[in-house]
Amino acid sequence: MIATWWEGFEPYVAGFLDASVVVLVLSICSILVSWIFGLLAALGKVSRFRLLRWLSDFYIWFIRGTPTLIQIFIVYFGLPQFGLRLSPFVAGVIALGFNGGAYVAEIIRSGLSAIPRGQTESAEALGMGRSLLMRRIILPQVFRIILPPLTNEAISMLKNTSLLSVITVVELTLYSQTIIATTFRPFEFYIATALIYLVMTSVISQIAAYLERKFARSL
Amino acid sequence: MTADRDALIRIRGLHKSYGPIEVLKGISLDVHQGEVVSIIGASGSGKSTFLRCLNVLEMPQAGRLRFEGFDFDFDENSRHRPTAADLRLLRARIGMVFQSYNLWPHMTVLENVIEAPIRVAGQPLREATANAEALLARIGLVDKRHSYPTRLSGGQQQRVAIVRALAMAPKVMLFDEVTSALDPELVGEVLSLVASLAEDGMTMLLVTHEIGFAREVSTRTLFFDQGLVAEDGPPREVLQDPRSDRLRQFLKRVLHTDVRRDAGHAVDGSAGAQAIEGSAP
Ligand SMILES: Nc1ncnc2c1ncn2[C@@H]1O[C@H](COP(=O)(O)OP(=O)(O)O)[C@@H](O)[C@H]1O
Ligand SMILES: [Mg+2]
Repeated sequence: MIATWWEGFEPYVAGFLDASVVVLVLSICSILVSWIFGLLAALGKVSRFRLLRWLSDFYIWFIRGTPTLIQIFIVYFGLPQFGLRLSPFVAGVIALGFNGGAYVAEIIRSGLSAIPRGQTESAEALGMGRSLLMRRIILPQVFRIILPPLTNEAISMLKNTSLLSVITVVELTLYSQTIIATTFRPFEFYIATALIYLVMTSVISQIAAYLERKFARSL
Repeated sequence: MTADRDALIRIRGLHKSYGPIEVLKGISLDVHQGEVVSIIGASGSGKSTFLRCLNVLEMPQAGRLRFEGFDFDFDENSRHRPTAADLRLLRARIGMVFQSYNLWPHMTVLENVIEAPIRVAGQPLREATANAEALLARIGLVDKRHSYPTRLSGGQQQRVAIVRALAMAPKVMLFDEVTSALDPELVGEVLSLVASLAEDGMTMLLVTHEIGFAREVSTRTLFFDQGLVAEDGPPREVLQDPRSDRLRQFLKRVLHTDVRRDAGHAVDGSAGAQAIEGSAP
């Protein structure tokens, strides 16, 4: 029984591996892009300039209030109308990164506001300048605080890459759909696909748990 | 006002407002090398704001501050307003300790103490470490140097915070109610450390509600009232023989609560007094 199952899978193992690598690369790129957008928006929110604060608020409001799928369509199908034709992969990374950035911005902002005022003051009172105290005193503490929510974001980012199947990025979800179209075994292949996602998200959780333990001794 | 060329700190006409609320209404003061100035006054009278103006954590709207090579004029149109670089240099020369100890929780005790000497004063790691360990030995916490602050009691944390400020070899120390957040039984150890610094001749300004401690340790007492220095003199005169009704009422209120506290715990002024007697030969 198991042997026959396995025989059914075997021809597709290499394809699954390739598709998983695509998911990983997509996730890593989108996560990095989301950190950049998130950091910019978080800084915008605490900016001295009203325009930047307003822009950050609008960005976060728009992203959180609209479906991710529609955001992906806007980037992939909408932008070409303005002459900006992107490959499915690049459009996907930009759309997911832009989407994740809004959530990352909120995480960073709440992390910054969780650091008591006295932490900055005691550093200033010792003669530290803004950039030194940000680098040495504030950001290391913020990083420890935002690590768990950032992990959750990374996991949802990885799962969201499956949405990119609709704009023809050949990642895990689209790959399994193409196999199912010829094998007519949706149950087995979707379960297999789910298990691969599960392994990847669990690895992220484990890495984060390790980092958290490493920092726990000081907090 | 007589020109006082020898003063270590010279303050003239210091004004500080938050929006429409004027918190400091023109304070002038000379502090000499080795003076221990205790500052008392009702909550909201501007004591903390005054200390925070001395190292310019708050930027006053008017007034002058002279200290070592610095001569600032805070007036908006002045060309002698401090720059960001001036402030870093000034603050490196003035130590400040807060009510909430504000140790950095992601660094060990030793890392807390050597951070500013290395990153701000540019000391080599070895020198900064040796100096920090000597200071920690003085307060009996050298064996805790690799602990994180949360593992320490409040009294220990506050003493490390004092040592962290001392590690920059400041010319003046500012203490803002450094025992107010502590459990009563931990107040004594912090006050003895402050008293021993006073004995060493450290110039300091300390805001405190420990009236007994102010009387024993300081060489001069200021009474702040509604943003002005209402009384200024030797602690015995100011505290035993207040000239104004407001100070008399203030002392009555504070001493009353002191008495209540002393009934339960042998702390307060007596702890400071003991520290001094204890360290006398
Ligand atoms: N950052 C601030 N913004 C607005 N008002 C403030 C600020 N800091 C202090 N104040 C006000 O200034 C007054 C004096 O405060 P403070 O100097 O802390 O008094 P004290 O230390 O004598 O209790 C208080 O009325 C307080 O509410
Ligand atoms: Mg105060």
